[in-house]
Amino acid sequence: MDQNTKIEIRDLNVFAGKTQILKNINIDIPKNKITVILGPSGCGKTTLLKCLNRLTDLYPELKVSGKIMIDDNNILAAKEDIYKLRQQMGLLSQRPYPLPMTIYNNISYALKLRGIRNRRETHKLVMHYLQQANLWDEIRTRLREPASRLSIGQQQRLCLARGLAVNPEIILADEPTSALDPISSQFIEETFVKLKHDYTIVLVTHVLRQAKRIADNVVFMYLGDVIEQGSVEEVFGNPKMEKTKLYLGGTFN
Amino acid sequence: MYLLNRKQRHAVNYTWMIISLLLVAFLPFLLFVGLYIKSVLLIHDYSLVDLIFSKTWKPASGQFGFYPFIVGSIWVTLIAMLITAPICLLTAIYVTQYTKKYILRIMHPAIDILAGLPSVVYGLWGILVIVPFISRYLGPWLDIKTMGYSILAASFVLSIMIIPFVLNILIEIFRAIPMELKEAALSLGATQWQTIKHVLVKKALPGIIAAFGFGLARAFGETMAVLMVVGNVVRLPKSVFDPGYTLPALIANNYGEMLSIPKYDAALMFAALLLLAVSLFFNLVMHFFIVRFNKY
Ligand SMILES: Nc1ncnc2c1ncn2[C@@H]1O[C@H](COP(=O)(O)OP(=O)(O)OP(=O)(O)O)[C@@H](O)[C@H]1O
Ligand SMILES: [Mg+2]
Repeated sequence: MDQNTKIEIRDLNVFAGKTQILKNINIDIPKNKITVILGPSGCGKTTLLKCLNRLTDLYPELKVSGKIMIDDNNILAAKEDIYKLRQQMGLLSQRPYPLPMTIYNNISYALKLRGIRNRRETHKLVMHYLQQANLWDEIRTRLREPASRLSIGQQQRLCLARGLAVNPEIILADEPTSALDPISSQFIEETFVKLKHDYTIVLVTHVLRQAKRIADNVVFMYLGDVIEQGSVEEVFGNPKMEKTKLYLGGTFN
Repeated sequence: MYLLNRKQRHAVNYTWMIISLLLVAFLPFLLFVGLYIKSVLLIHDYSLVDLIFSKTWKPASGQFGFYPFIVGSIWVTLIAMLITAPICLLTAIYVTQYTKKYILRIMHPAIDILAGLPSVVYGLWGILVIVPFISRYLGPWLDIKTMGYSILAASFVLSIMIIPFVLNILIEIFRAIPMELKEAALSLGATQWQTIKHVLVKKALPGIIAAFGFGLARAFGETMAVLMVVGNVVRLPKSVFDPGYTLPALIANNYGEMLSIPKYDAALMFAALLLLAVSLFFNLVMHFFIVRFNKY
């Protein structure tokens, strides 16, 4: 495996009964870069992310085959310690789902799962991750309030902080800004750009301009196939495939 | 063409809504007042404390002590809930989180049928199965003399009766929790059991309390099934194997008979008043807890 590659996906197939959701996917996701996955609705982007942290295990109807290598470890073959494995990745979903706890406990719960129980350390880290997600200043006096009282934009940043709190190496984000206002979206984007020095980021988005702004690498998918992948300059500047051109031109989405 | 113009129609609709709202809001109050007026004769002659805490029930000689009935009702209800609550909670978690979807599809109609059966059927089943089981097996096995007709029999029958009802609500509550919340917890590295314990149950807590509250209210007010197996003996039960008597059974067994005894019908109305008061109390407590836990 290449030194600069963090995730190597080989011959990944996902079936739901007879329908094939992902078809022979091969992707290299580079370390400490933002890889953006583009593609029309229903092409399998969310399913791909779910394969990466084995959330596909939750859906017995999905049959997954192939290889996903993370640091020379095929996670699809892992039998035990799926929990440890999931902690290598922070997940940010389309809409924020704060845990039914206080703001503080949303983060400290993630820390506890990571094995941190010391109160002083918990305290310090809660603050650290909230700062990293650009939320601390707004809510430092409201830590004991239920997380559900935050605005949606704040909740999404809380979920980002929670995802960082498991100390992952990878961040998986599934259209994280689609429910957010422009300011909150910008916050998230800026945070991602800052975070990529320490993390490998996989971002699904429908917003082409967002992809252009922050992507290093782009993967374009269509109906379960990877049509084209490469650096953002290559894919946006000089798309090779007809479907990519059409998609980037806004003809279908 | 309409008889009225839009504004007038709006006014009429609005008025009707207010009237219906007031009606619903005042119904319990009206019930309360009605029952109070009917039982005022009794309340006047005896102190409330005496009525509730006196143990002697001899209507013919003017002694109305409701304590045995109140204790009987509370025992039967609480034991029924102790059986029902864990069974329902664990079953709901199991079928929504651990089994394949088709199991739920098979179970649902069965639960619906059970929930809709008339209570007489449960009562008969209690007489045929539970009562003999207690008198012939459970009692002797524990070295306790019992006729089978007992507090315990009533609790068993009651719990069998309310389990489908409570289970139905709980299953709906757990199914309504978004998959993404579960995924969020799992993505942090929680195990499935941690996810259930720390996240799903907590999210569902207001609903769980409401479901138990409805079950409790039903159990407390249930008349027929209990009356058939509880023994109907006016005596303070010393153990759950003793027969007892409940407030609804008291009313159902005696209303329309023996009304020649002075104040007897006032006494039965008072029993109904007690039932209503306790039900309202349960409701208030339930709402308190729902509000308390609903903030997440
Ligand atoms: N558990 C499942 N069972 C059956 N089919 C599924 C399942 N999960 C996803 N699919 C199907 O797989 C296809 C891809 O779904 P997916 O959610 O990955 O798309 P997506 O690219 O994320 O779309 P969107 O941009 O709208 O979020 C869809 O046709 C969907 O219906
Ligand atoms: Mg999706």
